[in-house]
Amino acid sequence: MLSSDQVLHVARLARLELTDEEVTRMGLELSNVLDHIEKIGELGELEGVVPTSHVVELENVLREDSPHQSLSPGVVLASAPDPAPGGFRVPSPGTS
Amino acid sequence: MTATELVGLTAAEAIGRIRAGELEPAELWSAYQQRAQADDLNAYTWVADADAPAADPAAPLAGVPVAVKDLFCTEGIPSQAGSRILENYCPPYTATAIQNIYDAGAPLLAKTNQDEFAMGSSNENSAYGPVLNPWDRARVPGGSSGGSAAAVAAGLAPWATGTDTGGSIRQPAALCGIVGFKPTYGAISRYGMIAFASSLDQAGTFTRDVTDAALLLEAMVGKDPYDSTCLGLPEPVQPPTATDLRGVRLGVPEELSGEGIEPGVLAAFERTLDIARDLGATVESTHLPHAAHGLSAYYLIAPAECSSNLARFDGVRYGMRVDDGGGLLDMYTGTRAAGFGDEVKRRIMLGTYALSSGYYDAYYGRAQKVRTKISEDFESAFSAFDFLVTPTSPGVAFELGAKSDDPLAMYFNDFCTVPMSLAGIPALSIPNGTAQAPGGSSTELPTGFQIAGPAFSENKLLNAAYALETALAFDSSPAREAS
Repeated sequence: MLSSDQVLHVARLARLELTDEEVTRMGLELSNVLDHIEKIGELGELEGVVPTSHVVELENVLREDSPHQSLSPGVVLASAPDPAPGGFRVPSPGTS
Repeated sequence: MTATELVGLTAAEAIGRIRAGELEPAELWSAYQQRAQADDLNAYTWVADADAPAADPAAPLAGVPVAVKDLFCTEGIPSQAGSRILENYCPPYTATAIQNIYDAGAPLLAKTNQDEFAMGSSNENSAYGPVLNPWDRARVPGGSSGGSAAAVAAGLAPWATGTDTGGSIRQPAALCGIVGFKPTYGAISRYGMIAFASSLDQAGTFTRDVTDAALLLEAMVGKDPYDSTCLGLPEPVQPPTATDLRGVRLGVPEELSGEGIEPGVLAAFERTLDIARDLGATVESTHLPHAAHGLSAYYLIAPAECSSNLARFDGVRYGMRVDDGGGLLDMYTGTRAAGFGDEVKRRIMLGTYALSSGYYDAYYGRAQKVRTKISEDFESAFSAFDFLVTPTSPGVAFELGAKSDDPLAMYFNDFCTVPMSLAGIPALSIPNGTAQAPGGSSTELPTGFQIAGPAFSENKLLNAAYALETALAFDSSPAREAS
């Protein structure tokens, strides 16, 4: 069973704010899921098995470096919640 | 033709009539646009309101319109991935897969509802409300591509795109009685697909039949300078023509075709195996010894990748922002708390935990090794069999709300589809009959038959599915007539 402290620690790492109710519920739900997932421990020793990070074996192939037009700053900034001239405005990182 | 007759045509039939000069693309557009605008299944999050766009009858898709899952970026058109955090987000560019479809001559009809960021098996995790199953509106269409599946089944679109990370095309296709195809990982570019789990995410098709699947797939595949993991396919996708299964060896993995499958689904599966035998196939049982652990490996790998991919939603560059003046960190955590739904938070938490210091080797590292063992199981099975077949979903469509309080029960929906995703191999679901839901319901609901082949066996797979589909003669009209 994940403790409230563990849940809050993971939430901090994940940049998620959780209500007290969510902390309790998440602890229970994650524990249930982890109990099931831990069955992969039953598979015994997997020493020497190469982990798969990608299913298709690919080798890097270099292509010509050909410059092309990217999206203009104006187009990109149009989606931002608080655009500033030439950038994204954010709250100060120093106040918390 | 009446509107009902028009939407009764498969896409290939419509293309044939357009080429023969018997049907105007604009007439087809209007018929589908009217049905899409009247959508009462909540299958759509956006429907085109423009008049029929110019169409080229000589183009491969001849102007037959397409519905697109919301997580594909479409320039200037809302692409919200089922999430509140992207409400009203209109991307400045179009996903390669969708641009390829436009270039092949199919215009965009609508964007389809989905589970938030493709996380779910019932479409109940959408911030824009659940999608209803056209066979029974009290039931879910499956997920995560539930809107695409319901729209095609109900005749609100001729065909649609979807994405499949652990079953998100195949399972809803099965629950809605249509064809869902997840090709080999890397066949279609992921550029402009809002990412969930990058090593598993694969675009694919929802269609009325197997021939349409081949047509739409051929339009979508191809290498892309914007996605270095995209390979395309070694040969063009051809319309299938097989009339029998002579010489085809089908393997039935015992781990995915017994325990946990509803009796009605198993009965339909057995009947389809008999039909395959009648068509000349050999059918033998086999084993995928590590498949039973597929779900565990998947629910470590997918959340781990999701926790990383979804870090980009931080209220800075796009989407919503919640800022109550507490500084940058508060803005991040407050935005994500308000913008993400429960299931997405759960998976971010699970993934962050699995990747955190002290747990990485036991969880994520081990899951990646299990993934290798599952790929080896498939490789070994494909030395003796051309295809492996299973029921697509362990059950028929369930009632709305039936599993929403139990994440683990919901995850079991992906039991038969996850192993193929982990191995990156192509798999397709065709409707193979109907069954009654457990618990004394008299409603007949569609079941799905999954066929999986080795990587890059798309053409062979489509031919086998086509021969079976022809013999099965599944009647999909009830879902269209109800809408």
